[in-house]
Amino acid sequence: MNLLVILPILIPLTAGALSLLGRHSQRVQAALAVIGSVALVASAVALLLATWEHGHIVTELGRWPAPFGIVLVSDLLAAIMILLSAVTGAATAFYSLGSISIAHRKGGYFPLMHLLLAGVNGAFLTGDIFNLYVWFEVMLVASFSLLILGGERAQMEGAVKYVTLNLVSSALFLSAIGLLYGLVGTLNMADIAVKLGEVDSGMTTVIAMLFMVAFGIKAAAFPFFFWLPASYHTPQVAVSALFAGLLTKVGVYALFRVFTLIFDMDDPLIHQVLLWGAGLTMITGVLGAAAQFEFRRILSFHIVSQIGYMMMGLALASVSVLALAGGIFYIIHHIIVKANLFFVSGLVYRLRGSYELKQLGGLYRDKPWLALLFLIPALSLAGMPPLSGFFGKFIVIRGGVEAGAWALVAAALVVGLLTLYSMTKIWAEVFWKAAPEHTASAPSGSNTLLYATVTGLALITVAIGLGAQPVLVLAQAAAEQLLDPTRYITAVLGEAP
Amino acid sequence: MTSLMALVVGVLYAAAIYMMLRRSIVKLVIGLVLLSNAANLLIFTAAGLRRDAPPLVPDDAQVPAGLVADPLAQALILTAIVIGFGVLAFAVVLIRRAYEVVEADDMHQMRDTDT
Repeated sequence: MNLLVILPILIPLTAGALSLLGRHSQRVQAALAVIGSVALVASAVALLLATWEHGHIVTELGRWPAPFGIVLVSDLLAAIMILLSAVTGAATAFYSLGSISIAHRKGGYFPLMHLLLAGVNGAFLTGDIFNLYVWFEVMLVASFSLLILGGERAQMEGAVKYVTLNLVSSALFLSAIGLLYGLVGTLNMADIAVKLGEVDSGMTTVIAMLFMVAFGIKAAAFPFFFWLPASYHTPQVAVSALFAGLLTKVGVYALFRVFTLIFDMDDPLIHQVLLWGAGLTMITGVLGAAAQFEFRRILSFHIVSQIGYMMMGLALASVSVLALAGGIFYIIHHIIVKANLFFVSGLVYRLRGSYELKQLGGLYRDKPWLALLFLIPALSLAGMPPLSGFFGKFIVIRGGVEAGAWALVAAALVVGLLTLYSMTKIWAEVFWKAAPEHTASAPSGSNTLLYATVTGLALITVAIGLGAQPVLVLAQAAAEQLLDPTRYITAVLGEAP
Repeated sequence: MTSLMALVVGVLYAAAIYMMLRRSIVKLVIGLVLLSNAANLLIFTAAGLRRDAPPLVPDDAQVPAGLVADPLAQALILTAIVIGFGVLAFAVVLIRRAYEVVEADDMHQMRDTDT
């Protein structure tokens, strides 16, 4: 048993359970949110360092040996994702302490937040395909409840779509697992990878496509993204930020895991579907954003468009290691930046009482520091050097050039430009133009914690941009691990296949 | 037997998708129920239908004698049923709340957040 691999799941689960027991005391909830999130960050850092040093870290739960028992596996990609989820979780915890109302806290906000993190971390660490499904459901149930906390009409309408599409995705995922089990008779992902190599059946492609659709819905890839812009702008802004940062990326992570480990990326059909999916996801997302005039809806559509860059990295993985490394770099950059932009939109709402661009304005004059804090993630999202987004896009596109995928490279560049258009639209409308006549007065209450969270994430963005080299080295090492599945298989099954 | 089950699974999927394409949110949830059951039956069928003994190990042995049914597929289905039950219970409460707030059970009345 290796405690390091279990802690990222155990800490939020414990914090969530204790938080539920202490739900009548605001101080207990707040203390648990702080302690839980800080402990999670610490354990995530320790896990990443250990994984960097030793390679794959495997733990067999209940000492049932693989492939019979459930294993938890930490490779570099999983450890990176855990750290990102811990940082986003901590940021959300601090932001929530300053922004979530007492009524919502009594509705169980903090226990659900911890539970969501436990589900996300479990999905990153598990090495068992059915266990992945179970963690997905843990995450989903927590996210359903967070989404409707407050019970307003928009939330209900958004939640009906969100719940339906996610349950359809789960059913397809479950069907794929059933067919896969029927074919190879095992659930351990490393074992599946070995056994599936020995099977020559058209069923493999069917199962691969079922996984693609199931994870594509979770990741909000084209053409399955409709649930995301219909629901992500409806809940509390801290919830929006947590979802925007983490949830779709769990789908992307599952795609990365399954299509590097289990299925053969050289299969022309899988390759083509991923390529087209990546390109169309980028373009439709950014065009959708261009048509929007609500702060959080613009950001929601940009999540979709950015998923395309990550899929582009995966799609080109069989041709260029650099592209896959770029995809991983992009995930690192994107989670931090996207959560931060939602946090900024929440601050704007607290100051002006609206998310509609038309009703906002004049914030650069009133709050120059907030304007700066918006500019850092916004320009990073658009890919301005020297911020993190520039390097993310640069590496993915460089990988695309190496692979000779010119159409996709052109799409990625144009989408980058259109992202800049969206961000300047927000800048011009919210910060630059004069405030409209009937501006709401600033509501009372301290925003210190919110500013601190936003500043912290902005600093991380700048740090990733200025220290891009070490992050790239990490992403490249993770990509090389992914592209050499024998290392994963040997680590789990204990012998060369 | 397997072909019959395959047919049943197929019909269940088709019925589920048909129900989910209707405008009523009650039918939407019925569709979700059918879909989750279709997936469970699919696992059951894909894992192999056979008339073997239950997977019980005799007292004086380490392994079961002869061919037995695969218990893992049944464990998967059991887990999936429990999860599906919890999630669908949530979905039922959700559509009830949505009906109260929107005052209609029509998906076309729920398009405020789409545009």
